[in-house]
Amino acid sequence: MSNYQIKENPELFDAIVVGSGAGGGMAGYILAHAGLKVLMLEAGPFYDPAKDSLQLRWPWESPRRGAGTTRPFGDFDAAFGGWQLEGEPYSKVNGTEFEWFRARMLGGRTNHWGRISLRMGPDDFKPKDGVTDEWPITYDEVKPFYDRVDRMIGIYGTAEGIHNEPDGIFMKPPKPRLNELYIAKGAKKAGIPVIPGRGAVLTEVSKDIKDRGTCFYCGQCGRACKVYGDFSSSSCLVIPAMKTGNLKVIDNAMVREVLTNDEGLATGVSYVDTKDLQEYTVKGKTIILGASACESARIMLNSKSKAHPGGVGNSSGLVGRYLHDSTGASLSGYLPQLLDRKRYNEDGVGSVHIYSPWWEDNSKLAFPRGYHIEYGGGLHMPSYGFLNWVPKVNDAGKNADGKTKAKGGYGATLKEDFRSYYGANVGMAGRGTALARKDNYCEIDPSQVDKFGIPILRFNYKWANEEIAQAKHMQETFQSIMHEMGAVITSKIPGADTLYGLEAPGKIIHEGGTTRIGNDPKTSVLNKWGQAHDCKNLYVVDAGPFVQQGDKNLTWTILALSMRTAEYILQEKKKLNG
Amino acid sequence: MNRRESLKALGFIAAGSGLLTAACNSKDAQNTTATANGEKLPGVQDFEYERTAQLNAEKFFDEHEMATITVLADIIIPKDSKSGSASEAGVPDFIEFIVKDLPDNKIPMRGGLRWLDLQSKRRYGNVFIKCDVKDQLALVDEIAYPELAKPEMQQGAAFFSLMRNLTSSGFYTSEIGIKDIGYAGNKPGVWNGVPDDVLKEHGFDPSKFFG
Repeated sequence: MSNYQIKENPELFDAIVVGSGAGGGMAGYILAHAGLKVLMLEAGPFYDPAKDSLQLRWPWESPRRGAGTTRPFGDFDAAFGGWQLEGEPYSKVNGTEFEWFRARMLGGRTNHWGRISLRMGPDDFKPKDGVTDEWPITYDEVKPFYDRVDRMIGIYGTAEGIHNEPDGIFMKPPKPRLNELYIAKGAKKAGIPVIPGRGAVLTEVSKDIKDRGTCFYCGQCGRACKVYGDFSSSSCLVIPAMKTGNLKVIDNAMVREVLTNDEGLATGVSYVDTKDLQEYTVKGKTIILGASACESARIMLNSKSKAHPGGVGNSSGLVGRYLHDSTGASLSGYLPQLLDRKRYNEDGVGSVHIYSPWWEDNSKLAFPRGYHIEYGGGLHMPSYGFLNWVPKVNDAGKNADGKTKAKGGYGATLKEDFRSYYGANVGMAGRGTALARKDNYCEIDPSQVDKFGIPILRFNYKWANEEIAQAKHMQETFQSIMHEMGAVITSKIPGADTLYGLEAPGKIIHEGGTTRIGNDPKTSVLNKWGQAHDCKNLYVVDAGPFVQQGDKNLTWTILALSMRTAEYILQEKKKLNG
Repeated sequence: MNRRESLKALGFIAAGSGLLTAACNSKDAQNTTATANGEKLPGVQDFEYERTAQLNAEKFFDEHEMATITVLADIIIPKDSKSGSASEAGVPDFIEFIVKDLPDNKIPMRGGLRWLDLQSKRRYGNVFIKCDVKDQLALVDEIAYPELAKPEMQQGAAFFSLMRNLTSSGFYTSEIGIKDIGYAGNKPGVWNGVPDDVLKEHGFDPSKFFG
């Protein structure tokens, strides 16, 4: 680098937003619509689902037929990135595990997420279990923002009146598929509630929602929607914010650090252009991090100065701590009642049609909090490996010649088996509350940098008894539902040796907690508005601010809290301007 | 935008016609493969495009191996009254690509093919593809049912399971295979729940949300 120099952008922006996912997108949208001049930096390329989605393409249009070689969820899925990125490693303390997913594209993970949109409930903000930490805010304080997110982005579901599963402003939900009807029936017999799903998909036209199409039921939300019929931050927030003329996006911009002055206030950020590898700085009056819980923590920890020797926002020493993902475990099987089933198009929507909200009384259980269950299966689009399960289970019934069948096989009978078993599969997956613990954290690895020279993260995360007990409970529940609906379980039932199938932390991609909010600067990184205690013009709007997640997927709460933080920023600016 | 306008934006409704056109028409699609040869489409990352081109330029299996893969694939999925065979659906070419794409499969496939030829030479004095169909099937019978395979045939059974998985993946993701399996989606429409006749056949009440 003989001609090394840092290019300074002379423009002073009202706000710089780092990251374009749910948190960054919402902050950018609110501020740009309020007339602020906003710069958004995204580490990946620009991505517009209208042009870039691979929606409605057939499996044979890719030579790998949807295998996940280049993208973790298959090569038609919208996710650019994954748990491993070339030249951008992370490390783990021996004996601990964490898998760090990074989406690198405009809109981040919202392009491919499951669109499952659940509000955290009153007991999630103020837990009554005596174990998990409470938030400095209540459900009632967040509710108006959830309501606005519902109207602005659109969500389907049904009002159920369940105390800790608050209802929203819902569009009509999609009806269940056939396997889901069997699941609902089986679950009811097993004493487990099943209710219509809640997803960020437009099943109706809304007067509040402009420039977006209505769902046409291809079931491919994971590929991102060309007509913007579902929520992606790219299509619903960033691109509309750009249209105001107030938001500028620089893509392929990997942020190194937040720059601060002698008083410790943020003055801008520095970044490297991942394409031309040139170094840049940009100036902003307010800096908003929405780079994802661990990436925002990394930026803060790497932003060391005289005023912030341990990294900006880190005078508590808590940045990176309280890292927690959701728990996850699953079980699969098939329904003999669905063998040789009639064919029809049951793609439905790409989010969940049904789910089971947490139902148990924890006083009888060995763990606090709980989990919800998501269900799958049915006549879905063929893709690489989708029938691999059939030769492992196809010994039901007799052969045409009356002989007993054996698993495996070939030829005409195998071909008949594939036809017979297709669409008969069912799956269920639990997503639960993992405890936010101070001892589970990410920190800067003292000896390694990535290909841009940025110090990398080192993780230290272990599951504890509460999460393992929860996974055991999940497996017992799954088996009882499978039993009650008459399903044949096809996956190995995981036992204690595999922690009951509990996925490694990070695999569920719900990580949060690394920059928790709180009223006491000694025990939290941010105040209750998401503002750094020790750097007043620095805010975090991803899942870092979460004190303690519920079992609810994070996105709807990220959106509501980011909207709330953005409006706080506007109020503060108004105060300053007198 | 309502659903009709959504579809119009996608180009599914020809101006004025009001009819759903065959927008998912496969002929066009095959010429503009999402990530295969040809022009790079929007939404395909540079490294993906380059990787695919590079894999297509490489050749892994030799002619004899490809011939053996073809015979095996057609044993696993033969032509029948409903649809064509694995080789008619392009499965051997798919397998050539996918072992390069997922290289962990290279040694199990190459070694497995070799194992098969050595077994058939020992038994029938010839490589697998030169044996009679009867002899071929007798050998396949010993490796096609993992739970019944003798201990000395277990490696062959593992190879055959891999070959069967790759064959079914390649066949049922082809145009012929998707038609065979009867997948009826991947097109714009309206989901109004399971059709009434199917609900009734399975004992559910069409008037209730949860049947």
